[in-house]
Amino acid sequence: MLVMNEKPRLKVTLLTGRTIDQGVGKELGKFSKEYLESVSVCYMDPEDMKKLGIRDKTNILVTTKFGSVVVKAVKSLRAPHPGVIYIPYGPWVNMLVDPETHSIGMPSLKGVQAEVEPAPDKQVLSLEELLRQQFRKELA
Amino acid sequence: MELLIKNGFVYDPINGINGEKMDIAVKDGKIVKDVGRNAKVIDASGMVVMPGGVDIHSHIAGGKVNSGRILRPEDHYKDVEPKTATTRSGVGYSIPSTFTTGYRYARMGYTTVMDPAMPPLEARHTHEELSDTPIIDKASYPLLGDWWFVLEYLRNGEIEECARHVAWMMKATKGYAIKVVNPGGLEAWGFGRNVHSIDDPVPNFGLTPREIIRGLCKVNKLLNLPHTIHVHTNNLGVPGNYITTLETLKCVEDLADDGKPVIHITHCQFSAFKGEDWRTFESGAEEIANYVNAHSHVTMDMGQIIFTDTTTMTADGPFQYTLYTLSGNKWINHDVETETSAGIVPFHYRPNSAVHATQWSIGLELALLIKDPWKMFLSTDHPNAGPFIAYPLIVAWLMSRKAREETFKKIHKRAQKRSLLPSIDREMSLYEIAIMTRAGQARALGLKNKGHLGIGADADIAIYDINPETLDPSRDYEEIIDAFRNAAYTIKSGDVVVKNGKVLKHVPGATLWVNVQICKPCEIEVDADMKRKFKEYWTVEYENYPVSERYLAISSPINVEADV
Amino acid sequence: MSVVKAVTCPVCGCLCDDIELTIENGRITKVKNGCAMAEAKFTSHSCEHRVTKPLIRKNGKFVEVTLEEAVRRAAEILANAKYPVLYGWSCTSCEAIKVGIELAEEVGGIIDNTAVVCHGPSILSVQQVGIPSCTLGQVRHRADLIVYWGCDPWSAHPRHIERYTAFSDGRFEKSTWRGYLNKMKALMGRKKIESALRRLAPKKRSQVMEYYERAPYPYISKEGRKLIVVDVRRTKTAEIADYFIQVEPNKDYELLKAMRALVRDHELEVDKVAGVPVEYLEDIVDAMVGCNFGAIFFGLGLTMSSGKLKNVEEAIRLTRDLNMRTKFIIMPMRGHYNVEGANVVSAWETGYPYAVDFSLGYPRYNPGETTVVDVLLRKESDAALIVASDPVSNFPQAAAEHLIANPLIVIDSHMNITARMADVLIPSAIVGIEAEGTAYRMDHVPIPMKKVVDPPEGVLPDEEILRLILKEVKKIKSERRHFG
Repeated sequence: MLVMNEKPRLKVTLLTGRTIDQGVGKELGKFSKEYLESVSVCYMDPEDMKKLGIRDKTNILVTTKFGSVVVKAVKSLRAPHPGVIYIPYGPWVNMLVDPETHSIGMPSLKGVQAEVEPAPDKQVLSLEELLRQQFRKELA
Repeated sequence: MELLIKNGFVYDPINGINGEKMDIAVKDGKIVKDVGRNAKVIDASGMVVMPGGVDIHSHIAGGKVNSGRILRPEDHYKDVEPKTATTRSGVGYSIPSTFTTGYRYARMGYTTVMDPAMPPLEARHTHEELSDTPIIDKASYPLLGDWWFVLEYLRNGEIEECARHVAWMMKATKGYAIKVVNPGGLEAWGFGRNVHSIDDPVPNFGLTPREIIRGLCKVNKLLNLPHTIHVHTNNLGVPGNYITTLETLKCVEDLADDGKPVIHITHCQFSAFKGEDWRTFESGAEEIANYVNAHSHVTMDMGQIIFTDTTTMTADGPFQYTLYTLSGNKWINHDVETETSAGIVPFHYRPNSAVHATQWSIGLELALLIKDPWKMFLSTDHPNAGPFIAYPLIVAWLMSRKAREETFKKIHKRAQKRSLLPSIDREMSLYEIAIMTRAGQARALGLKNKGHLGIGADADIAIYDINPETLDPSRDYEEIIDAFRNAAYTIKSGDVVVKNGKVLKHVPGATLWVNVQICKPCEIEVDADMKRKFKEYWTVEYENYPVSERYLAISSPINVEADV
Repeated sequence: MSVVKAVTCPVCGCLCDDIELTIENGRITKVKNGCAMAEAKFTSHSCEHRVTKPLIRKNGKFVEVTLEEAVRRAAEILANAKYPVLYGWSCTSCEAIKVGIELAEEVGGIIDNTAVVCHGPSILSVQQVGIPSCTLGQVRHRADLIVYWGCDPWSAHPRHIERYTAFSDGRFEKSTWRGYLNKMKALMGRKKIESALRRLAPKKRSQVMEYYERAPYPYISKEGRKLIVVDVRRTKTAEIADYFIQVEPNKDYELLKAMRALVRDHELEVDKVAGVPVEYLEDIVDAMVGCNFGAIFFGLGLTMSSGKLKNVEEAIRLTRDLNMRTKFIIMPMRGHYNVEGANVVSAWETGYPYAVDFSLGYPRYNPGETTVVDVLLRKESDAALIVASDPVSNFPQAAAEHLIANPLIVIDSHMNITARMADVLIPSAIVGIEAEGTAYRMDHVPIPMKKVVDPPEGVLPDEEILRLILKEVKKIKSERRHFG
């Protein structure tokens, strides 16, 4: 559903999960370029990107009830999945997911309601900046 | 370390000792003739001294046991064992955690327990758990009755080749005996089917359960294994199955020589059903007992029902599925590639169920009607018919008519009418109980140093606070239960591990396994054959399949020379 | 130079044990038979992200210390804590996990493993209804219908399909790899034609959509093994499937219930369920009921989306119902190579598979109360030991916050985000590469892990480090008893 405000925004469902790049990246090391690049992206349906005027590999702001983060929008090869976005497991998507465990210990990591807006002028935070923002504790 | 147990009433049936007052001397973990003046003395006056208990069939370790633990957290909530300065914490009830299992057996004076069903591919798991079960010595039986190699070789009549491969498997899994469960039925269950008689051909393989049982019986003899084949019959749990049991017993009659056992039927209660359906269901114990009384090639264990909430778990996949459909309880199934299967279903035995009550009666009828206690042993097929902590209650039922009557009063009327128990007066003596709970089991297992207190035996000893001169077990069976529930002393390998029912130390037990030696060139050929075929059969590498000795906390191989 | 065969890969729940490694001068230089993740892992043992020295945080920076000092500091933190959590465990050996359990019992803390954010709900479902399952070889030998529901093996368990399912060879069923190749060739051809046409005349979305709205027949009536994928998006696995069902997000429960109704011969009075036309569902269920041996593999698509354990429960009930008509099994796709081992060891030693609380002196289990995520969200713990895991990367922010706000000990082989937040960081040898041990595959078959190269100088396996900490904790506690 397209919400017309000052900026064009799209209501979507956020999924998280594994990708092969994230899987390989985590084995190379959590501070490797491969890992960090693989988990700071957001796969979107090309039609949704067109609706919002987002160009492939430009930045977007994703917001949920729990937080907000800038990631890089990437055209999904798994389309069509209109209204569904996919951000791999990692520190970026952790800003957005629902901690509610419904008394069974499992937080709600898939199917969270989110809003997406283009943010071509915003930067994807470096890992250090992201963690500083999240936890106010320095990486040693 | 020297120990002297003075003045106890000793029951050592293997050596013919029946309640004689005598001293038992222990040195360096073995029974010896005498010890020096510095020996620690245990005053066993007024108490019974027996060899440590031996349990021939109890599911205490491995894949399905552990899946049972995971399946049933509710089994553990009310039965906890807090950590102490000398023991680890844990939980019971029908599927206790490993530390608790070891402690609870030791508290009852048991020192050797056999886990009877190990899926060979997951043998490593069984051994990890056995090694984590303190105090008691143990072993496990690999499930071979539906192993594709066995089925193929037996179908082709290649008994010797089959024997060589079974020897390989015994060593690879560090196993103790050949276990057969619903032979042919488990392979059929791979596609959701079953076999219904010992002459029902196994789908996709073409041989019959009769051929599997006979074939493995011959293999067992060729390999000179210390125990016989250990068999859970076809049609277990089906009304009218006593006929299948008799056929199974008959089918190996001709393979017995010099009157020694060649087959062990386990948890016979479940295989002694008469009747056409659950309504006409009744006991087939008499027929089975008559056969066993007239033949010497058989040993059995009871599989005695306890009225409680317990957990059924066997390798008999199709039977467990039936139990799930009958009860509607949660159900785990776990088929193991190339080899076997397993199923788990919680089950509550109630005295006011005519069927359960008749089952309760069957177990006792079998034990009481079979005259020779060397042929029939005490068990509950833990936890299938009940948890092992109920053994003292079974001892009471066997020793006391009054105890039986107390329970009999509470059971369903139809079961009362059909039961043979009112007509059975027999009350077992302590000597017979000693046979049924230790001596007989050790002998059937071929354990030369267990189950007796002769010189050279392992110093595994149980002292119970029962005075046979003053106690009338028939009348005071409650005291029997108390005494057997909490041993006054349990001594394991010469070490006092339990005193007055309290566990004093957490020590590892040994894992026994059969190191079968076949002729050297045969061994090389079998290795090569297994290596060649491995990938076709299993999804793990040949190299990663055998269990190395490092998985056994204390490895205790028994060397055996095969005749192949 | 040497070649080591039959090496077990320490990455995912497939636990492939046919890896061949070439080792030169103490480094792994070639990895044969492994997938991309295996290659990355086996060659990473010598990369720059290794932790090689014990570290303690002083004034916000890591300072190198001796192992004794790090162990002592870690032991002090745990011995002084009232309610510590010991978490991770899925990427280390069973032998290490046993020591971890003893340590948790000694300090009266909680020991929990990564299943809590992965297949914990599946375990809870099993505790409600059980699970009809088997080892992977049974599927390889017998399965002629395979369903991947809410999981994407192509991305997370890359060799699953070739080793155990559609592209594997068994005694009764053969690989469908050739058929797949032919299909791909045809698809490539069709895509080329379509894209050429699109350039000539812009195509509407609806025609491309058609591909994913097609009916099950004839695709699921072919010879040999059939592969069906159910997911919310067309994953890579969906692309190779014979048939793909696109379910609406958070609607798996409805779809499973509808399929159960059809298995039991009920009629559905709607046209669509969860976005799938009912007439297609009827065909799918027909195929399921008519197969010889069916297998459902499921993943986090069920455990994490709305309904969580209820989704898994329904999937298990569907499998149970199918067993009335034919042979069917279901299996969770375990993520880490030894998360199954963590559950298994925990269950045999404590009675419970995860979320075990020792604070009362005996094991207690109550997911929602004793699960680590909930304990952190309620801010109840006051220290943490993390072994071979990265919860700061994987837990929701609010939970990770509490972890970081309290003393944090990390034992790991590589620097990760949790490690960088630690107060004490102890380097460990990688199980399966630098240390031996045992791990359990997703179908709980135990497989030995080899040691093929030496760890960096002075770096010990988890098992040994934990034993040192346990010994030190016992010492501190007995000192306390003596001196009041």
